[in-house]
Amino acid sequence: MKARIKFRKYGALRFIGHLDVMRFFQKVMRRADIPIAFTGGYSPHMIMSFASPLGIGLSSDGEYFDIELTAPVSSSEAVRKMNEACVEGIEVLSFRQIPEEKKMTGMTILAAADYLVQPLEQRRILPEDWTARFEAFLAQPEIRIIKQTKRSEKEVDIRPMVYNWTVRDGAVYLQLAAGSSQNLKPDLVMEAFCRYLDPAADTSETSAVPEDFSYRRLEMYADAGTDTERKLVTLESLGTEIA
Amino acid sequence: MRSLALNDDILLNIEKPARYIGGEVNSVMKDPEKVDIRFAMCFPDIYEIGMSHLGIQILYDMFNRREDTWCERVYSPWLDLDKVLREKKIPLFALESQDPIRDFDFLGITIQFEMCYTNILQILELSGIPLHASERTKDDPFVIGGGPCTYNPEPLAEFFDIFYIGEGETVYDELLDAYKEWKKSGKSRKEFLESAAQIEGLYVPAFYDPVYNGDGTLKSFTPNNLHAPSSVRKQVVMDVTDASYPMKPVVPFIKATQDRVVLEIQRGCIRGCRFCQAGMIYRPTRERNVNKLKEYARTMLKTTGHEEISLSSLSSSDYSELKELVTFLIDEFKGKGINISLPSLRIDAFSLDVMSRVQDIRKSSLTFAPEAGSQRMRNVINKGLTEEDILDGAGQAFEGGWSKVKLYFMLGLPTETEEDMREIARLSDRVARRYYEIPKEQRSGKCQITASSSFFVPKPFTPFQWASMCTAEEYMRRADIVKDEFQNQLNRKSLKYNWHDAQVTVLEGVMARGDRKVGKVVEEAYRLGCLFDSWTESFHNDLWMQAFENTGIDPNFYNLREREEDELFPWDFIDTGVTRKFLRREWENAIKETVTPNCRQQCSGCGAARFGGGVCCESKN
Repeated sequence: MKARIKFRKYGALRFIGHLDVMRFFQKVMRRADIPIAFTGGYSPHMIMSFASPLGIGLSSDGEYFDIELTAPVSSSEAVRKMNEACVEGIEVLSFRQIPEEKKMTGMTILAAADYLVQPLEQRRILPEDWTARFEAFLAQPEIRIIKQTKRSEKEVDIRPMVYNWTVRDGAVYLQLAAGSSQNLKPDLVMEAFCRYLDPAADTSETSAVPEDFSYRRLEMYADAGTDTERKLVTLESLGTEIA
Repeated sequence: MRSLALNDDILLNIEKPARYIGGEVNSVMKDPEKVDIRFAMCFPDIYEIGMSHLGIQILYDMFNRREDTWCERVYSPWLDLDKVLREKKIPLFALESQDPIRDFDFLGITIQFEMCYTNILQILELSGIPLHASERTKDDPFVIGGGPCTYNPEPLAEFFDIFYIGEGETVYDELLDAYKEWKKSGKSRKEFLESAAQIEGLYVPAFYDPVYNGDGTLKSFTPNNLHAPSSVRKQVVMDVTDASYPMKPVVPFIKATQDRVVLEIQRGCIRGCRFCQAGMIYRPTRERNVNKLKEYARTMLKTTGHEEISLSSLSSSDYSELKELVTFLIDEFKGKGINISLPSLRIDAFSLDVMSRVQDIRKSSLTFAPEAGSQRMRNVINKGLTEEDILDGAGQAFEGGWSKVKLYFMLGLPTETEEDMREIARLSDRVARRYYEIPKEQRSGKCQITASSSFFVPKPFTPFQWASMCTAEEYMRRADIVKDEFQNQLNRKSLKYNWHDAQVTVLEGVMARGDRKVGKVVEEAYRLGCLFDSWTESFHNDLWMQAFENTGIDPNFYNLREREEDELFPWDFIDTGVTRKFLRREWENAIKETVTPNCRQQCSGCGAARFGGGVCCESKN
């Protein structure tokens, strides 16, 4: 039996990296007595897979991982027990059964993620009308940036990977491509935007930089649509409550 | 929600920000308004090292059981954050509340090794606490030191208000109660220290005056305050089974050096190796009840969620219920994905059997600590391990499928000859030969024998406290001899030899047996920029040598002379229970190459029987 867990990460725990979050949840499973399955072999480990690593410093309202269970456990009880075994900064939001098929787990079906981007208080280099400028920025037919990879750098157009966006109350909501085939991080969008604001800028003293914004992941989605049409559904909605 | 002492901008630009945020599972939060005593407990090294220390976990738990006390943790900020704290003038803070250390009532620092002394000064300076106890006012915390290095606290005497000599479980309650009373009374700082000095085991360095002879040796060491006793008695918990033990240790987010449940199975050691300070100062050997340990294992695995459990003690093979405990741990937890991490055990049929059940034989290695290459030298240091034990043990292991062996040695031991040094290589070779005695088709390729040597540092309260050390050059010459001898061995391709650096050894020697004058060198070295001296990348021997020169203190005075039989040592005011007479007798036995039986074979009258328990009373039960 497979289960999907949705959790929130905030406050001081934004500074715990992805690998440490995995280790944290392995210990939560033991403290909360969740009947999780192990791999075989000489050094068995828990069967647990995370949808997408979250960068250090980011908070999130929609993190996911999937586990394999050896015995059923009710959703409400699992959520309660896991939260008792958690600390401030991580809160389990739901625990749902997901279908057994291999291709249904976290990383493989991930297609998009929502982010909230807000300017930080301490620096005011951003122009007053930055939200209007941001709308103009995304209205461009293409946005070419240099993307650094481990081996080389290449120019990519990130515009098609911005699926949706809204500007509201001085903040930006972005829906970006996520997953193994296409993945766009929100700070990369803001980096492109900062360069758009001031193409000649060379220091963070005089111009806005991506670090001037806070980033919060809000939700992650799978694509339930067809090859031609995207239909995003939350990862959580693919699971069902366990009685 | 807790707010952090460091802002996002700082945390995102330093290595491992999780070191500084607190909030871990089982960390203790209290309302500062509802406690009388704020205690900051410090391990003066980075978080990952400090969090691996059992002693702090014990005291943290014990203090927090008191409703009137909130104990928090603080570790050394790594060099990156150190720079930021100085530049931005951010005071050092405790992990739990994130409040500045200087607002605490106590700053407790555990002093586990000599090379952390400059880190202690960093902690004080970044906290905004005057380095010298004499300059502290009523607004400053009381700085209290504990741990093995306090068996010679003198090099640090000026920086501490109080030293706690011995095991922490005994008189802290008394000290905290006295503090509460003092805080209400409005009396002076000195008056509190006077009441502390009257508690057994507590040493207030300001209340003692050392006087020196013309040659620099100590002439007298006497109290200058009526409340200070002439000798300070080490603290021992006689009932370790019922002593306080943390059932909910703090679980770090990031990987600590020891990221597991630790069961302390016993304290002390019956062996009496003459170089070993722990084996002398933790006498008498006391065992924890095995049923209690089983219960602790269950509870602690549950409360922490750790996936590994290990045993902690000196010479674990001597724990009388070891077989029962290890068998229990394997039967009970192995099937639940819990790793059992075994301490280094005496190699015999039992240990090989359990090792094969918990480790991958092909990957794991066997460890022997012969400490010296020749039997003569092993007799000098009273290391009971014989060559036969090593070859038999290795042979059994090789036949059981192991092919990797680690051997630990010391160089620079008292009376060491060139022959003793060369025997390190030859013994290693004989272990390899034993491997190749196994028919080719029954063994899996080559064996791997790794020998490592460290340089011996004489420690206070050991039979070798009188011994002289060598210069750094002489140490390296000896390592070269061993290295050379390894080249002459038949199986040299299966042998590997590692040796430690000698410069740190020289400094350790000065700190270990130094007097109060050495404090000036520590302070000067710190001023010159020394910090994290136990980390190779941040150790600067040239700055230390500069510090000796600037202060006019000669390291050779502390290291290169054999001390007179009746020389007054800076640490002699401490009463460990083990008598100086016994230590001297053992020093003479060492010179005569005479072996002394271990505590279970025969009592040698060291003096620890005075505590009335442990191994000293076993046969009488």
